Amino acid sequence: MNKFGKIAIDGLVTNNASFKLVLGTCAALGMSATAIGGLGMGLSVTVVLLISNVLISLLRKVIPNTVRIPAFVVIIATLVTLLRFFLDKFLPDLYETMGVFLPLIVVNCMILGRAEAFASKQPVLDSAIDGVATGLGFTLALTVMGIIRELLGNGSLFGVKLWDFTIGFFSKSAGAFFVYGICIALFVFITDRVEKAFRAKRSQKLRVPDGIAPLEAPETSQAKEEA
Amino acid sequence: MFQTILLIIIAATFSQNFILVKFLGICPFLGVSKKTSSAFSMGIAVTLVMVIATLVTFPLYMYVLKPLNIAYLEIIFFIFIIAALVQMLEKIIAKISPALYQSMGIYLPLITTNCAILGVAEIVLVDELTAVVSGVAAGTLMNLGFALLYALFAGVGFTLAMVLMGGVRERMEKLPVAKCMKGFPITMVAASFMAMAFYVFTLIA
Repeated sequence: MNKFGKIAIDGLVTNNASFKLVLGTCAALGMSATAIGGLGMGLSVTVVLLISNVLISLLRKVIPNTVRIPAFVVIIATLVTLLRFFLDKFLPDLYETMGVFLPLIVVNCMILGRAEAFASKQPVLDSAIDGVATGLGFTLALTVMGIIRELLGNGSLFGVKLWDFTIGFFSKSAGAFFVYGICIALFVFITDRVEKAFRAKRSQKLRVPDGIAPLEAPETSQAKEEA
Repeated sequence: MFQTILLIIIAATFSQNFILVKFLGICPFLGVSKKTSSAFSMGIAVTLVMVIATLVTFPLYMYVLKPLNIAYLEIIFFIFIIAALVQMLEKIIAKISPALYQSMGIYLPLITTNCAILGVAEIVLVDELTAVVSGVAAGTLMNLGFALLYALFAGVGFTLAMVLMGGVRERMEKLPVAKCMKGFPITMVAASFMAMAFYVFTLIA
């Protein structure tokens, strides 16, 4: 797998912002009552994350180290202000649904986290891919939660009514916490299983009884390349 | 008048609880709620910053940004004011009372980018209070007094939820939990049950 693929998989699955790192929880809980809300919120964050990652990566040699955090915050706050204009003009329904969570994208720890941990150190193309992958990982998580909560709480999917059977619990705040908790648990369970299976297969292929030694080697060489 | 104040207090503390109903300030709720004592200190620090931030941001929006027609720049202004306020408050507390700084001040840097602070600054601007208090004309509750009252009791509600969660988690530490449910998942499920209890308040207020 090449470098870009690794970055993408990392952002989408292995370091999924919502289910693995548990970042941006406020938005994930608040906007997952419907699938549309979750998708809209996720895509909004993805756009902000992509542009902020690109800008910060471009400016990484210009911004002095001591004032980097305020500089990142200015960039993110400006982007969110622009996004607000855009949504107000072109997607007023989504703008209404997002309410206070739209300005709160500024303080979404995920965006500042990627700026600090990745974009301020890596070249532009890598940062752009990282931004899109992390954002889409977040979008995926929110949409999955939105689908579960909308199906069970409203009996509909993406606003289309499917049946009359509803469980009010899932559209309330209690349901948000519950679904998020269960989703994290399932995600951890499944990724653990897949990783184990993958490792077993790999060590079998290399015909080494204990899979630790051959696994370590490619990872360290990759790390050296990046450094 | 008295009834209005009481309704705002109940709404801000219980029925519109920042953590369990509005989902604002979840990061400290999950991160600093392992012990009741630290949860309480964090709650007090957040309450303090919420009130002081509203005291600055609300007049700024109403009397400076709005008349100058640059209200759309509020996000940028607010985030900087909050960051500066938190820094200032940290220095002041460290100077005045080192003991208080030890117990509470260490949480201050953590709350600069806390949704709850920017959230309260934004919520008091969108005339949410009239929706909470029935029978009041729109816009009549848009003044500094009510905004501060709302901010203060939103902070109280935040502290309440933090301390309750701290108590639950102290007990939960000793329980045997399935491996994949350890940590965040089980905390979320516990929070879900607490949110159910708080949902009852939305039916009365």
